[in-house]
Amino acid sequence: MFEIFQNYGSQLWSGFGYTLLSSLYALIGSLVIGTLFALFEISPIKPPRVIGKIYVEIFRNIPLLVIAMIFYIVVPQYFAKIDGFTAGTIGLTIYTSAFIAETVRAGIESVDVGQMEAARSNGMTYIQAMRFIILPQAIKIVVPPLGNQFINLVKNSSVLAFLAGFDLMYQGNIIASTTFKTTDTYFAVGLLYLIITLPMSYLMRYLEKKWSTEGDEA
Amino acid sequence: MNTFAQAYQWVNLRYLLEGLWITVEVSVISIIFSFLIGAVFGLLRYMKIKYLSMIVGFIVDIIRNLPLLLIIFFTYFGLPNILGVRFNTLWATIIAMTVFESAMLAEIIRSGILAVDRGQMEAARSNGLTYWQAMYHIILPQAIKKMIPPIVSQFISLVKDTSLATIIVLPELMYHAQVIYGQNTNFMIPMFLALAVLYFIVCYALSLLSRFLDRKLSEA
Amino acid sequence: MRLKKKNWLLIPMLLVLGLTVLAGCGQKSVASEDVLARDKANKTVVWGVKSDTRLFGLMDIKTNQIQGFDIDIAKELSHRIYGKDVKIDLVPVTSNTRLPLLKNGNVDALIATMTITPERQKQVDFSDVYFDAGQAILVKKGSPIKSVKDLKAGTKVIGVQGSNSVDNVKKAAPDTRVLQLADYAQAFTALKSGQGDALTTDNGILYGMSSDDPNYVVVGGTFTNEPYGIAVNKGQKPFLKAINKNLKAMRQDGTYHKIEQKWFGKIQGFHQGR
Repeated sequence: MFEIFQNYGSQLWSGFGYTLLSSLYALIGSLVIGTLFALFEISPIKPPRVIGKIYVEIFRNIPLLVIAMIFYIVVPQYFAKIDGFTAGTIGLTIYTSAFIAETVRAGIESVDVGQMEAARSNGMTYIQAMRFIILPQAIKIVVPPLGNQFINLVKNSSVLAFLAGFDLMYQGNIIASTTFKTTDTYFAVGLLYLIITLPMSYLMRYLEKKWSTEGDEA
Repeated sequence: MNTFAQAYQWVNLRYLLEGLWITVEVSVISIIFSFLIGAVFGLLRYMKIKYLSMIVGFIVDIIRNLPLLLIIFFTYFGLPNILGVRFNTLWATIIAMTVFESAMLAEIIRSGILAVDRGQMEAARSNGLTYWQAMYHIILPQAIKKMIPPIVSQFISLVKDTSLATIIVLPELMYHAQVIYGQNTNFMIPMFLALAVLYFIVCYALSLLSRFLDRKLSEA
Repeated sequence: MRLKKKNWLLIPMLLVLGLTVLAGCGQKSVASEDVLARDKANKTVVWGVKSDTRLFGLMDIKTNQIQGFDIDIAKELSHRIYGKDVKIDLVPVTSNTRLPLLKNGNVDALIATMTITPERQKQVDFSDVYFDAGQAILVKKGSPIKSVKDLKAGTKVIGVQGSNSVDNVKKAAPDTRVLQLADYAQAFTALKSGQGDALTTDNGILYGMSSDDPNYVVVGGTFTNEPYGIAVNKGQKPFLKAINKNLKAMRQDGTYHKIEQKWFGKIQGFHQGR
């Protein structure tokens, strides 16, 4: 395994960079789109609610690979020319945004509406109530599952390997097939994924634990 | 419209359905295996048995933080080398899915029980119930109710993720669609549409099942 | 959480340790029994073949059977070595999956458009050459790219993971960017979607694509020699001998020529290309 790092380190780290980059782009994109559709879903008016619902249901129930492939080979034939990295990142963004919409919606809905009214009647402004009462609770509810979505995002970015997206998995496949050292290469690739995902995963569990016990004491 | 009629001629549809059958077969077997293993691992981890729980936790954490695609490759190419056994693409996929999904489910089950446990176990014990009685009568019924939605959405992910096995040429739905549009590019849009619809039907059926179970348990 | 502070350090340490031990185990190869004797006893032979490559090995959707030049050669060899009643198992492989599958013992032999190269010979044994190919490029009709020399900086060329044509084109056209896809069906689809300016691999495979869609043409002739061999695991000398003996016999009695004509007889330009 160390041999792989010695001889193919630059390819592996470049793949690592693309994986991280794609995940970050997709995280930002899916946070924006996901929150938007979450707001749609809880809207008091029917049309946006229906649109939100349809969006979430469609993209939660179709494989990421299918979505990414559509952007890689169908879209360029009929609409715009996009490369594998972009196609994969767009696919990741759309796919993840459906999950984030659900997470954010659940987070907003779980904060008691009565609290806003109570805060307001105690003389707080809307902004103050949001800032000191609602948001701190909502963040505690939303952050751990969002963190888990980011971990999924990093793992799912391996779909770029299907689209020649230069990510870690793609580089790993190429190294494995040139060196014939399949086991060693995939160990090295696995280690690099764990560098991103394992600390994230422990951090999220720590936050979850910390915030849930705080909640009990309050 | 002519393209669609050609794309959806019976030979192609039959070929797609053959692929769907493999997808369903792999999914069902993996769901059963991973649920059983995930439940055992989740409980072991929750129970805090010295060393054993820590080792189980360690393995679960490693596996669930790796991409499934990597685990598929590893199972198909690496594992036979290490263990000296060989499996075909179908079993390689089932094993890879089971390993990955068991780890994901173990985590869901562990945190599900943990969420209910707080204080209730002690209360039950101090009322004279044994550990297993408390577990069986007090903790698990509540925990299961809490766990059903995340478990079912994990199963839905499992069904979707079987598409990754195209890379080791498992003749499942995605691969069969690729074969069809690979031989006639005009069929690309009809094939992707068919893929979306077929996966959606299977996955949505699962989420309806989840809602049904949820309602059943609330009534009980 | 069970993890105390010092255990946080333990995890990465255990991780590295575990991976190193496992990686060490990975080096040992599957103990190989005599494939020839085993297959004779079981009356079954397992070939790794392409299923996405027109002319060599392509899945027929109607019959769910793989058909092509490689397949016919494999079937003929199986019958000659093991008798008419042998069960022939065809396992679809890609350029990326074929070598690990042979080494793991999933297949007995590979007949999958595989060029004999010195690097591969370190891993597996090859039969005598059963097909002479040469690498070329496929482009859309009317493309400004007329040969491998036109693959300059800023161009993208599509190849397939695990094929040596990727290394060859990097040498022949060092400035082009190579995109490697999982298999030939995906590669051709990507070319049609404009993901690359050209697709490179052996001419036989490219002519198959061109006969599938005449809007794409093979240009510039071949720039390498790609002798195809049948691969078996190291230490399978009796099996390899049987393959070579029967290949030779097939060439002598005209069977090989018949199979070659069946698949390549009508392909325009193929023989000039060689």
